[in-house]
Amino acid sequence: MPKIIYRQADGREDAVEVPLGWSLMEAAIQNDIAGIVAECGGGCACATCHVYVGQGSKVELPEIGDMEGDMLECTSAERRDSSRLSCQLRMTAELDGLVVDIPETQT
Amino acid sequence: MNPYVVIGAGQAGMQVCDSLRKSGYDGELILLGEEDSLPYQRPPLSKKFLTGDLDRDRLLFRPAAYFDKIAVDVRLRTQVESIDRAARQIVLGDGSTLAYTKLALTTGTRVRPLNCPGHELDNIYYVRTLTDSEMLLQRLASTERVAVIGGGFIGLEVAAVARELEKQATVIEAQERLMARAVSPVVSDFYAKLHRSRGVDVRCSSAVESIVESKQGLLVNLADGARIESDIVVAGIGVLPNSELAENCGLACNSGIVVDEYAQTSDPHIVAAGDCTMHFNGFLQREIRLESVQNAVDQAKVAAATLCGQPQAYRQVPWFWSDQYDVKLQMAGIGMPFDQYAVRGDLASQAFSVFYFRDNTFVGADSINRPAEHMACRKLLTQGTTLSVAQAQDIDFDLKQLAKAG
Ligand SMILES: Cc1cc2nc3c(=O)[nH]c(=O)nc-3n(C[C@H](O)[C@H](O)[C@H](O)COP(=O)(O)OP(=O)(O)OC[C@H]3O[C@@H](n4cnc5c(N)ncnc54)[C@H](O)[C@@H]3O)c2cc1C
Ligand code: FES
Repeated sequence: MPKIIYRQADGREDAVEVPLGWSLMEAAIQNDIAGIVAECGGGCACATCHVYVGQGSKVELPEIGDMEGDMLECTSAERRDSSRLSCQLRMTAELDGLVVDIPETQT
Repeated sequence: MNPYVVIGAGQAGMQVCDSLRKSGYDGELILLGEEDSLPYQRPPLSKKFLTGDLDRDRLLFRPAAYFDKIAVDVRLRTQVESIDRAARQIVLGDGSTLAYTKLALTTGTRVRPLNCPGHELDNIYYVRTLTDSEMLLQRLASTERVAVIGGGFIGLEVAAVARELEKQATVIEAQERLMARAVSPVVSDFYAKLHRSRGVDVRCSSAVESIVESKQGLLVNLADGARIESDIVVAGIGVLPNSELAENCGLACNSGIVVDEYAQTSDPHIVAAGDCTMHFNGFLQREIRLESVQNAVDQAKVAAATLCGQPQAYRQVPWFWSDQYDVKLQMAGIGMPFDQYAVRGDLASQAFSVFYFRDNTFVGADSINRPAEHMACRKLLTQGTTLSVAQAQDIDFDLKQLAKAG
């Protein structure tokens, strides 16, 4: 199964197998990755599943949807070019090995 | 020392356990729940789960391993019968007893059952538990026509799913408008139009007289003489707080378990949180019972803090959301009742917010497909920033900047 690497602000990494089609938020929650809160359970309504993705990687992520873009304006940690909501990113084979950085705060 | 015991393995119960551990409580901790699943999310039960897009494992808040890791003894299919406060023990369904040092009640709510003639017929469904939703999901596969009784959030979400699955859908609402308890007439009207444009037969001011079986399925008879033919009925007519345990052991209750700003009940050893509480809300400065994820999570944190002897008052701004079709409603604060309102944006484009004011104070906003405005409103309300009607309806006025400025 393809993997995602969740990296904490302090550099600690967890490699997690993610079933295709799952969101990166769900995989983080089911594997008890610290720092992803996901209060609304993937409803794109809380912005507490904020992550930074794709730095130093060539994978193409799907474009940021309108709703996601709006919610990204409201993250607790600063928004960067690499900011995404992990509940809106679905696992695909291409994402295997992607590093997902978890911000220091979500609330 | 006897354990800390949490009764009700839902969102609030799971959060109490999580927060107790995070606050450093390292004694024995038991989470009791009568359902047969680990704590799971309810919001998808009337949304994505009903379309068949999510399987049940994906509804769990946390996997079983998590509870092992934080040393929570989760006992499912375990119903609590009564609480003996004097002896500080609880009695379980099988007659056994369990002593506690501290107790948290997170028993949630249950659906209000229909009581019209015919309410006991087959093919009448409710949506509260995973089991409820699984049964409905299964039945929808062989259903053409769905009659929804109750035009509140859950009823309307079910109607939207039914249309997405290309079923015929009728919504029967007793009040003169949809979601009347929670949103203003502007928002109700918007949703009535939305559902009608998607092919739902929306009938407001329609009381159900009876439900009868017919050759083709069910007939819902309305007070105005209309008859709705349907294969199934889904009822979403509100909930009742599970406060009997508390009432029967003499805790103060008033349409819910009464707690103060610290989630403390009338017994110093017992806290309560979530849908089951009638609580003093520090943000609203009045008593209220809220049925929302926000309240379950935030009040549970407050309850855990109280149990750990680090009390912090419950002041969080209420928020809520509802997904119907591709339209997202997000609510910040409590807009009802209001004496003035302002619309920002364009109803026809299905992206706008309605701001509510009471005595010239901004008290809440409903945002439709406007998440950034919703988040700005939560911030403004949290900070108590002054916002005027003129500013709210001026689309060029920068709300986010105002929120940032504090
Ligand atoms: C279909 C649906 C859609 C929703 N959509 C949204 C939404 O979009 N946004 C939002 O913010 N909120 C939504 N909600 C509301 C939200 O899910 C609830 O507010 C939240 O689940 C409340 O959590 P709780 O822990 O207080 O109660 P619950 O989740 O109800 O948990 C209480 C648990 O206690 C158990 N229990 C009760 N009595 C006993 C006993 N004596 N012994 C043992 N166990 C007991 C119950 O079986 C239950 O499992 C929705 C709810 C439903 C049903
Ligand atoms: S989980 Fe709430 S926005 Fe992603």
